[in-house]
Amino acid sequence: MVTRQELNDALAERHGGKLQEIFSRAGAAIAGLGGLGSNVAFNLARTGIGHLHLIDFDRVDITNLNRQQYFIHQIGMYKTEALKENLLKINPYLDIHTDCVKVEEGNVRELLAEDRYICEAFDKAENKAMLVNTVLEYFPEKYLVAASGMAGVGESNRIRTRKVTEHFYLCGDGTSDAEEGICLTAARAALCAAHQANLIVSLILENES
Amino acid sequence: MIRVNGTEEAYYEGLTVMEYVRAKGYRTNRIAVEKNGEIVPKSAYESTVIKDGDSLEVVSFVGGG
Repeated sequence: MVTRQELNDALAERHGGKLQEIFSRAGAAIAGLGGLGSNVAFNLARTGIGHLHLIDFDRVDITNLNRQQYFIHQIGMYKTEALKENLLKINPYLDIHTDCVKVEEGNVRELLAEDRYICEAFDKAENKAMLVNTVLEYFPEKYLVAASGMAGVGESNRIRTRKVTEHFYLCGDGTSDAEEGICLTAARAALCAAHQANLIVSLILENES
Repeated sequence: MIRVNGTEEAYYEGLTVMEYVRAKGYRTNRIAVEKNGEIVPKSAYESTVIKDGDSLEVVSFVGGG
């Protein structure tokens, strides 16, 4: 077993000791653990972001394997548990808190009270809008990184990160709608997730240094 | 004039957020609206009047994740 010190030293060798200290202390919440959320979580875990809050009510389905960070033996498991298992294989010393619940207007404030950085990673447009509206209304001081538009293939450069207001960012192409029958594919979903993860890492650096 | 998503637009006296988003064809359960940098709660769309010089951001979500 690799020790906490060894892993920390390895991350510090890659990122620099100062940055790694900031990353290890920081945390983020991820609401929705599908193609976006599971990829965001993998990126943050590999970066050594020390505290992750994973939220989803759903179970791993065989149709998730085309783009989400789960494995065949995990079909039927709660995504919170399956993803935690996978992230701990990358870094067993991460502090991972899970909430296996459906996020609704009524529980957002309680669920996200402790999180400074929030990643919106749902699949349905209505749920995305609900979370964004609720977080912006009740937690204007928190940082919110949402996503809209990552269906289809190709057109990598149409996926971008936009700063909407001081604490609210939106990643994606803004238009490609999976609910209009455009398929979701691994690389394009991961591209959008990488935009979200990369932004969260840079916001952490900006604010926690 | 008002500014919506970075573009100047005409408006009329008394125009509410609800009237604006409906006129533009937005589905209110798929959007978030910020006025001058602050979120307009859904419950306030009907009562929030857009005034000269206001800056709006209408974020419209599509599915996929």
